[in-house]
Amino acid sequence: MSNMILLGTRKGTVIFDRSNSAWIPRPIEHAGIPVCYAARDPRNGSLWASLDHGHWGPKLSRSRDGGMTWEDVQSLKYPEGARYIVQYLPTPDFDPEAPVGQPEYKDATVFKIWTLTFGTAEQPRRLYAGTIPGGLFVSNDGGDSWELNRPLWNHESRGGNLFAGEATSENRWSGTPASIDYGVFEPGIHSIVIDPRDPLHMHIAVSSAGVLETTDGGLSWTGRNLGMLNDYMPNPEAEWGHDPHFVAGCPGQPEHLWQQNHCGVFYSDDGAMKWKKVSMPDAGVHFGFPVAVDAHDGRTAWVVPARADMERMAIGGGLCVARTTDGGQSWQSFRNGLPQENAYDIVLRHGLDVSGDSLCFGSTTGNVYLSEDRGETWRCLGHHFPPVYSVRFG
Amino acid sequence: MPTVEVTRHLYRYFPALENRTIRVPAGSVAEVLRAVDEHAPGFSDYVLDEHGALRRHVNVCLNDTIVIDRKTLSDRVPEDATLYIFQALSGG
Repeated sequence: MSNMILLGTRKGTVIFDRSNSAWIPRPIEHAGIPVCYAARDPRNGSLWASLDHGHWGPKLSRSRDGGMTWEDVQSLKYPEGARYIVQYLPTPDFDPEAPVGQPEYKDATVFKIWTLTFGTAEQPRRLYAGTIPGGLFVSNDGGDSWELNRPLWNHESRGGNLFAGEATSENRWSGTPASIDYGVFEPGIHSIVIDPRDPLHMHIAVSSAGVLETTDGGLSWTGRNLGMLNDYMPNPEAEWGHDPHFVAGCPGQPEHLWQQNHCGVFYSDDGAMKWKKVSMPDAGVHFGFPVAVDAHDGRTAWVVPARADMERMAIGGGLCVARTTDGGQSWQSFRNGLPQENAYDIVLRHGLDVSGDSLCFGSTTGNVYLSEDRGETWRCLGHHFPPVYSVRFG
Repeated sequence: MPTVEVTRHLYRYFPALENRTIRVPAGSVAEVLRAVDEHAPGFSDYVLDEHGALRRHVNVCLNDTIVIDRKTLSDRVPEDATLYIFQALSGG
């Protein structure tokens, strides 16, 4: 049973401690600084927060004493020569029909450290970070130093090895709206799923490109988007251009992967070799951002449905959490304890987590809800938090 | 030696810079900013990106003139100058 919940919020890091049946929030850490992700490393108890400074660049903050004190760790940096092919901002004057010109190249700068993932127990000092613009960074020393994974950065789906020269293939990765705040329209890595049985085996998800897999520890990467359906593209079954909002795996059955995508909920029971659309718009399960998967049963997952696409709000002014226990063949919606009128909450991609029978989510409206019966009934842990970007059990 | 004046917002992360006059050797703006690292390790990571360019919402003034070259920071900072570092305003 988890005894800690960490929130990454627009105004800092909020940590809840369990005290018997109550969850007590501590005074906010990193006060006033946007924190886009916060989590506890289960291997050594370190707490991590990804600070999204508006002025001073993204920074990682670490606490080795349970949150009493925090320290900056060395900033992630793109190495000299790391370039990307510029995506054009989808501004009103952008003409998608205009003839494609020569690619424009730009030196990469870290805009946002979007997610952190901790390595397996066999690699106790390994951490991963996903960034905008589309970098996977790896640390082998507990987060003191970081290195860009070059095979992914140089993937042919992004134009090939731009360290070596000009593009040798087309860039098929598109941007994420989450990058527009930084004045660019570039991709972002928000999901990193490690196979607990094999640390060389990982999946990552990129907005807006899709899912990629490595089986050799990141030396090579393969797109895994078969079965995906992308409603807004001319060819919905195209290999690239998909918009996974979040991908999560089942630790006990790692071949079971779930994806809350812009275009529905997708499920794979064969390690993303083939995805199957399992959302049911008539039941309200279609659009949303987060997905959580049971630790032992890969067929059981939870989503927090939202309205697509131009009105990103709770459906019908009421919040619900939907659960499937049969791989998405059926969904059950739970509303007990959640507001059913005048609710406009959106739960972002890192805003839902599961630990045993407990689930917790936080919304952009600053509401935090907890369930201790697998999502069936909910209670509020507070209505007045800053907009919540991430929720993780510690 | 030129003087460097830093927005008080940065004192939160670099308390060693508070309540003192920061003087560093004359040189380019880039050299002056990196020299502040001697007094406060990691300082330049807050105002410069990994390519040494000014971060998007950071401004630097040489006396009363905003520095034009934000990319390589090549402007010379004379011996008697003051370099001001401040951030663009934002809210919400």
